[in-house]
Amino acid sequence: MTIDASVHRGGDEPGRSVPAASLHVKNLLGIADLGADDITLLLDTAVAMKEVGSRAIKKVPALRGKTVVNLFFEPSTRTRTSFEVAEKRLSADTLNIAASTSSVTKGETLVDTALNLEAMAPDMIVLRHASSGACHLLSRVCRSRVINAGDGMHEHPTQALLDAFTIREHKGRLAGLKVAIVGDLLHSRVLRSNLLLLTRMGADVWVSGPTTLIPPGVERFGVRATWRIEEAVEGADVIMMLRIQRERMQGHFFPSLREYFTVFGLTAARARLAKPDVIIMHPGPMNRGVEIASDVADGPYSVILEQVANGVAVRMAVLYLLAGGVMEGV
Amino acid sequence: MKLLLKGGRVVDPAQGLDGTADVLIDGGTIAAVGPALPPGGARVVDAAGFVVCPGFIDMHVHLREPGQEHKETIATGVAAAVAGGFTAVACMPNTSPINDSAGITEYILKKAGEAGLARVYPIGAVSRGSQGEQLADIGELKQAGCVAVSDDGRPVATALLMRRALEYAGMFGMPVIDHCEDASLKGEGVAHEGFHASALGLRGIPAAAEALMVERDVTLAELTGARVHIAHLSVRGSLRAVRAGKARGVPVTCEVTPHHLVLTDEALAGYDTNVKMNPPLREAADRDALIEGLTDGSVDAIATDHAPHHADEKRVEFDHAPFGIIGLETAVPLALDRLVHAGHIGLPRLVELLSANPARILGVAGGTLAPGSAADVTVLAPDHTATVDLSRSRSLSRNSPFGGWSLRGAVAATIVGGQVCYVNPDVSGANGFGGKEGTR
Repeated sequence: MTIDASVHRGGDEPGRSVPAASLHVKNLLGIADLGADDITLLLDTAVAMKEVGSRAIKKVPALRGKTVVNLFFEPSTRTRTSFEVAEKRLSADTLNIAASTSSVTKGETLVDTALNLEAMAPDMIVLRHASSGACHLLSRVCRSRVINAGDGMHEHPTQALLDAFTIREHKGRLAGLKVAIVGDLLHSRVLRSNLLLLTRMGADVWVSGPTTLIPPGVERFGVRATWRIEEAVEGADVIMMLRIQRERMQGHFFPSLREYFTVFGLTAARARLAKPDVIIMHPGPMNRGVEIASDVADGPYSVILEQVANGVAVRMAVLYLLAGGVMEGV
Repeated sequence: MKLLLKGGRVVDPAQGLDGTADVLIDGGTIAAVGPALPPGGARVVDAAGFVVCPGFIDMHVHLREPGQEHKETIATGVAAAVAGGFTAVACMPNTSPINDSAGITEYILKKAGEAGLARVYPIGAVSRGSQGEQLADIGELKQAGCVAVSDDGRPVATALLMRRALEYAGMFGMPVIDHCEDASLKGEGVAHEGFHASALGLRGIPAAAEALMVERDVTLAELTGARVHIAHLSVRGSLRAVRAGKARGVPVTCEVTPHHLVLTDEALAGYDTNVKMNPPLREAADRDALIEGLTDGSVDAIATDHAPHHADEKRVEFDHAPFGIIGLETAVPLALDRLVHAGHIGLPRLVELLSANPARILGVAGGTLAPGSAADVTVLAPDHTATVDLSRSRSLSRNSPFGGWSLRGAVAATIVGGQVCYVNPDVSGANGFGGKEGTR
């Protein structure tokens, strides 16, 4: 089936048509596994999915009869809710498991937890985990499709996709844009997914943060790194802020939140160095007055809440396309 | 019982030998080495096509007994050793309890005696419980049979303790073997700090965490005049420090592992916990420097850091998996394929690295086939190609990244104290080594 069929079934006017193609991957473990054509397909599909979300009845039967487990080993409000809304809009049966309420506290391993869930034959598992590579481990022991909802400091592919979707909505393209990613680069899975996606799609990517928070070897991603935020944001089409976690002061990464804001924070004055039509993004949750000034976060160029809205459409596209191989006859 | 190994290529760098010769074993000792030796009642084995070397000594293994017998026992460890061509192993003290007293050392030697096969040389702890606070009873450890001291698994904690350990162990002629790593720089690291760890989101262990501690140890060996041995050296900065120390006469030696010689941090992709070890797999420039260290003589030994872990312990998130891989049964094939056949070193140098030098550093028997030496012999089939099959491993554990690797060069037979302890059933012609007597 194509997405058009379900859009028609929804009763509204036809949605934007999606090219008949499928992803080259069975699981979404990271952007690293995706080609430019996969990324384009996901973003194009998300356009149609966003239309579904604008209807009076925000539901299509694409995943009817499919079971999706949201397995979250880290607290998450935004991502988990976003996935859950996306699953419900596609008519999937969803199951939310939070680590604190599961048998993990009894010492069960990730593999055993996953195998127990597998025994109930879900179609997909959405995993959030504090350890990098946890989704790879899960995909090796599970038949279910695995979707990475954030693994340690490794990747957060749906965040990068929704960021790209949002940029494309505003700028019409990704190639050739100057994108500055600023903040705690070292510990950020959002950074890694975005670097992979944006460089693959031809953007000119700059990263900036204190030298202590720049991952060693980051230039090999094909990006430019500088600790001077002014240099990174100058002439930028997009500024993407990353969260600073307060506990980083314990690792001697920077001396104080106050100094962080003074030297590295995105103030209105610094934002003015960017292009006049710059958009300012943040994956959340924000630390106002640390990495970003409140007036910038709430200002006219901020698309932070749009990102949240687009997250649902992008996750619908991911679920829909990954289910593609297993939904014959729906 | 006499055994005559006829017509093999005898490689014994300690005697400057590399050529076709016979080796006559009488009881537990080498009786003669030379051309066309008369059998004189010995069982004669045709060794033509094989390489006959002094027994290989793995100076860095973890046998896990006492306390972690689900990972390995002394019996399974020595079985793996002889199957890997090692006639002797030196076992690290980080068992449970730690080998920091004569009683534990005696227990290990008793178990080793029951197991037979390879010789086992215990390494005692530097500090009580390897806690880094108070010296262990090093004199008693020596009397009980320890050949060196180490707090392996962790570094000797402070410069002062290291200084005293060098001075104190030095009295008994024992080297201090150090696992060099600055704990504060290592932090929670699980992989070599660099592009690959960055890309995979793994916390990094910088090369400097090791090199800093090697610099400290070389400086302290210079201060004390006592012998220090650097365990599993893995970065070029450490090698620079060792080289500089040797150049000014400091009594420092070092070992490298096979995995640091053949793998790099590129292997981390996919998060296989069998590429998680400490020190971590380093970048290509470090691997290349280690190989150069083999060729120019600055590396003294190849040692496996054989570190068995149960499959359940490794089947977890990369962050949570224990460090270490097994190595006893893959070390020699890896070395033959990737070092000798690859053209980096010749067989005599390999024998130095695996036999003569470890024997000298630890002050133990073997290391040569000179008449009168212990009859510990490793026989190689240098051109036999085999695929690593971990399911056939003698070790209790299977945590190795080398399963499925096709390697040219194999162990044909292993002889310990004149007894044939292992014959490789896959090597054609090797069954001749296994007489009725002594084969186990």
